[in-house]
Amino acid sequence: METLIAQLLNGLSLGSIYALIALGYTMVYGIIQLINFAHGEILMIGAYAGFFAITKLELGFFPALIVAMVVSVVLGIIVERVAYKPLRNSTRLSALITAIGVSLFLQNGGLQVFGTDYVTFPRAVDKVTYKFLGGNATITSHQILILIITVIMMFILQYIVHKTKTGKAMRAVSYDKDAALLMGVNVDSVITVTFAIGSAFAAVAGVLLGMYYQTIHPLMGSMPGLKAFIAAVLGGIGIIPGAMAGGFLLGIIETLVSGYLSSAYRDVVVFGLLIVILVVKPTGLLGKDTHEKV
Amino acid sequence: MKNNKWLVVLIMMLVAALAATGCGGKDGDSETIKVGVNYELSGDVAAYGTTAKDAILLAFDEINEAGGVLGKKIEAVVLDNKSDATEALSVATKLVTQEKVVAHLGPATTGATLNTIPVITEYKVPLITNSATHPDITVDPQTNKTREFVFRTCFIDPPQAIVGAEFAVKELGVKKVAVYYDNTNDYSKGLYKVFKEHVTALGGEVVAEEGYVESDLEFRPTLTKFKQSGAELIYIPGYYEKVAKIVSQARELGIDVPFLGADGWDSPDLVEVAGPEALNNTYFTNHYSPQDPSEKVQNFVNAYKERYGSIPASFSATAYDAAYLLADAIKRAGSTDTEAITKALAETKDFDGITGRFSFDEQHNPVKEISIIEMVDGEQTLKTKIAPK
Repeated sequence: METLIAQLLNGLSLGSIYALIALGYTMVYGIIQLINFAHGEILMIGAYAGFFAITKLELGFFPALIVAMVVSVVLGIIVERVAYKPLRNSTRLSALITAIGVSLFLQNGGLQVFGTDYVTFPRAVDKVTYKFLGGNATITSHQILILIITVIMMFILQYIVHKTKTGKAMRAVSYDKDAALLMGVNVDSVITVTFAIGSAFAAVAGVLLGMYYQTIHPLMGSMPGLKAFIAAVLGGIGIIPGAMAGGFLLGIIETLVSGYLSSAYRDVVVFGLLIVILVVKPTGLLGKDTHEKV
Repeated sequence: MKNNKWLVVLIMMLVAALAATGCGGKDGDSETIKVGVNYELSGDVAAYGTTAKDAILLAFDEINEAGGVLGKKIEAVVLDNKSDATEALSVATKLVTQEKVVAHLGPATTGATLNTIPVITEYKVPLITNSATHPDITVDPQTNKTREFVFRTCFIDPPQAIVGAEFAVKELGVKKVAVYYDNTNDYSKGLYKVFKEHVTALGGEVVAEEGYVESDLEFRPTLTKFKQSGAELIYIPGYYEKVAKIVSQARELGIDVPFLGADGWDSPDLVEVAGPEALNNTYFTNHYSPQDPSEKVQNFVNAYKERYGSIPASFSATAYDAAYLLADAIKRAGSTDTEAITKALAETKDFDGITGRFSFDEQHNPVKEISIIEMVDGEQTLKTKIAPK
């Protein structure tokens, strides 16, 4: 029983990492129906920006987080303007392939610029370990911090999308781009804002990932990015609370598979799950069946 | 008919002469002895490659200052293989075919070294690796024959795991062990197998075993399982970057049993990532200890520290030995002919190196003692030395 609780805690903290990354993924998809595969790489750039802000500019953790967000937002906007905007009226497939191209470009560019070494991320936030259940279950201050930030970010996103004027415009663009344009919504700037917000969230995830796992690397975004994508699909891609639910569920499933079967089956189960979800309920756990508009 | 034959021979000789002059004279006439240095200077295991390259350059400078070898200076041709096994092959090809080196030092890891073997064998250039510890490096697993041109100055994996198992069961007195190995790495899997065999043979028991993969970041689920299994020691035959994460996550989960590892742990980055506190009560088998009081070791440690500002890691010591061993072999061969050097290398007897006095056995592996290093507050200390049986 204690082991189960310990494993569930492990799953929850891993899940909050996935949820954190999945939030940005799912929001961008929700608005412009583009799976932004470069999300993991914007996360990586954010992590490096945070790293340089802490080590070179000697900033504290939260100011460094702001720097990372600014750098990622600028990058996100550039990527959108250069790579995605010219394809706005092409098929979704070409946009998707471009996204993969951007992702590879940033990975390999990162390898050139930052080198192929693992970089040790500074311990900007003190780590305290809390033990309970007679020392059988533990949680660290880092895990709690990530969990709290993930929840706060989800609410911020929900608020932006559902309660603000920008959010209303974003939803209008998502619903019908041409009609929104006719109603006087500046579609281009709405999409740019969407990317900016998504990139800022990726930067937060990147810095937290660096802090949590202590090393950063130009390819650090690819595997977590892929897992976060699965989390987003699991919860229903495009639905913000769904990313959260999918992330936690995925983290817990992975942990239980590693803990009770073998870690060799972990990725098999996870990717198998993706296939099953896509076959059985493509809209995800929290997704509603929406029929194509006629 | 006869004329034709002579013509062919004549043309061949002409071509040969052209080829020889074309590359500026291979050995005899050149003023330096070119040695290829093919190492991981960037990438995942850059820490090993860089430290080895530094030690080799230090050794060559010392040798050149003392008058060089056969009246000539040694010239190192240093190239980076980016911690990539495929790149290691192209670097080796460049060194042997374009640079015409008389010997090839490196690479550091088993995978990269295995990839370079075909080309150095084809061109009959001797290769000395200082840290590739897999048995297949010097012995072809298909034919069971020793690879003629491949040598190493480090001990091989099995003795390391044997000594590790002895230390765990006899010195630390543990009975139940767990093994966490890198499922994508031959080095790690090799150590895991031998360790398991010997722990069982010594009366211990492997109560849990699990593999991780290169892209893993999260080890807590498996470590929680290990904790539940009642293991009194966890053996991690992996490389420092993952080891640091595993140990630090384990300590977070309240796992305070000793950890034991192998020479893949040896890097300053281990302490940097895991922190000194988490690493207390951890041990690993290694090639030498900078704390060894012998004069030879201390001279090397001081010279290295003066030049590079850090304490040389084990792979610096084995690389330094490789450079001196090569110079010694060229001296004994009395020529820079690659096959003569190879022969001299194979005949090495009681070579007095930093990592101990050693001779090559029939499989080109050095026979010597293995050090057990204990991590104490982030510092490596020499716990004991054990000779593999």
